[in-house]
Amino acid sequence: MPTPDAPAAPATPPSRAHRTAGRAAAQPARDMANSPAHQPRDRRLALLFAGLGALLACAAALFLTWGVDGHWDFALPRRLEQLAALVVVGTAIAVSTVVFQTLTQNRILTPSIMGFDALYVLVTTALVFVLGSAAAEAIPPLAMFAVNTALMMGGATLLYRWVLGDGTRGLYTLVLVGVVAGTLFSSLSSFMFRVMDPNEFDTLMDQLFASFNAIDTTLLGIAAVLLGAGIIATYVLAPRLDVLTLGRERAIALGLEHQRTVTVLLVIVAGLVAVSTALVGPITFLGLLVANLGYQLTRSHRHVVTLTAAALIAVVALVLGQAILQHVLHFAGTLGSLINLVGGVYFIALLIKEARA
Amino acid sequence: MIEIDSVTKSYGPQVVVDDVSLTLPDAGVTSIIGPNGAGKSTLLSVVSRILGADAGAVSVEGLDVFRSPSKEVAKRLSILRQDTHMTARITVRELVEFGRFPHSHGRLTPACHAAVAEALDYCDLGDLTERPIHELSGGQRQRACVAMVLAQDTRYVLLDEPLNNLDMVHATGLMRLLRGLADHQGKSVVMVLHDVNYASAYSDRIIAMRDGAVVQDGPPESVITEHALEDVYGMTFRVHAVDGDRIAAYYR
Repeated sequence: MPTPDAPAAPATPPSRAHRTAGRAAAQPARDMANSPAHQPRDRRLALLFAGLGALLACAAALFLTWGVDGHWDFALPRRLEQLAALVVVGTAIAVSTVVFQTLTQNRILTPSIMGFDALYVLVTTALVFVLGSAAAEAIPPLAMFAVNTALMMGGATLLYRWVLGDGTRGLYTLVLVGVVAGTLFSSLSSFMFRVMDPNEFDTLMDQLFASFNAIDTTLLGIAAVLLGAGIIATYVLAPRLDVLTLGRERAIALGLEHQRTVTVLLVIVAGLVAVSTALVGPITFLGLLVANLGYQLTRSHRHVVTLTAAALIAVVALVLGQAILQHVLHFAGTLGSLINLVGGVYFIALLIKEARA
Repeated sequence: MIEIDSVTKSYGPQVVVDDVSLTLPDAGVTSIIGPNGAGKSTLLSVVSRILGADAGAVSVEGLDVFRSPSKEVAKRLSILRQDTHMTARITVRELVEFGRFPHSHGRLTPACHAAVAEALDYCDLGDLTERPIHELSGGQRQRACVAMVLAQDTRYVLLDEPLNNLDMVHATGLMRLLRGLADHQGKSVVMVLHDVNYASAYSDRIIAMRDGAVVQDGPPESVITEHALEDVYGMTFRVHAVDGDRIAAYYR
């Protein structure tokens, strides 16, 4: 047994000396063994992404060509626009959910738990309530979108700074405050619904439950720009997201500026949620569904991989869902309700699985 | 050197670390002992900037740990926390590769791969590299976490109760490994220990804390004495010389 009085040579157990001597020789062999260990997984991922890409291409082709009946010059531009919106929304939801789940280290949370979309509903409702529907409709959608996005991103930053202080209380405090704030926002909105003029209420509902069938092109452009910026930032931060999966303390120990990184990521999440909510209204379960499918299919901890997979799955789900809604269900419902149905079932299955694990 | 200058930390009205000033050496094994609630782990958390201090300063090789870029601090100082639980579903190799983050920012260089292979080898994890962390036993997981800290390749290695949940086989193995780090790689190993006899047998220096303050500080010969231990823990000890180590008995 080594003692402080007699360290060095006698302290070294024989096995250690042997191992140290053998290390130099073992090194090249180990390095060569290094890459093959990763290869089957890389091939599997390449196959997966090829499959998802093909699926996406098929879904897009189906969506664009199903039941056109020769009216190409009418149908195609309209459908292309819809397709673009589905791509933007799906990517925004997938990326924001994956990032949010990494931040909270919880795979059954979505950003809507923080009351982000409730804030969106509140702002829109308050505008119609205070200004009246005529004046509110006169506000250009672009300005409306800008106000909403700025509010959500600012709210996320302030909430984080105020609630967390030096960050030791953890993200759960933040999520809890978010839940309470979200409930407050919804209560305020529903209070205004109740005292509102019925005609105003009708206009408001039209605005709130925007659908894929009537998309504002001006909004789609700015949403796509914002999404692009958010995605670039997320992919740049992806290695840091990987480190964040180890938890706050290990991330700090590895030299991550934890508080700053989390603040930046929350602002990105807020921006992405604003993008998707402004275009199609709240879609609660889609993010949960695609993020978890992404984890399951890739079985990877690298965010470059999981983010891409989740985004592809989200777009495929939305495009196929919308095609089915239009041609099989003949608009008897909304894409949101279809997703909530599938997502709700999946959520329950996920809860049962987590409870058993 | 790690300079701890008048560090104070309280949780509400409870002062946990009370105006502690210490200098931790460049090499060797330093153990911090003391009863529960003495502030040992809190002190280690403050030194490793996981907790902010209410007052005072900590510097590593002249770098203020709270104000300097976190990445620079992470190249000099690593910490292994008590809790080895992890939600991330990753393999042992992937965990150890994370240790290279301060150096590579996620893109592993050939030097990184070599450091990872060496750390895995040093901790005897050769057969476990592709196993998921959550399937390992407590001792194996602890070794994987130590390997990650080794891959980080810092001069100062801080460990918070590394022997928690380890049986004596694994505990002794880990202590030997840490002693070897100090002896063969010239690192400074600083750890919080509950077992005074491991501290006695493996440390160059033992720091004893009580009620947030340092009450004893010196080589094992001066701290592992009946008088000093009774002062720290407030109970009776018998200290015996066994094969050149000072072993404290406190079971009756």
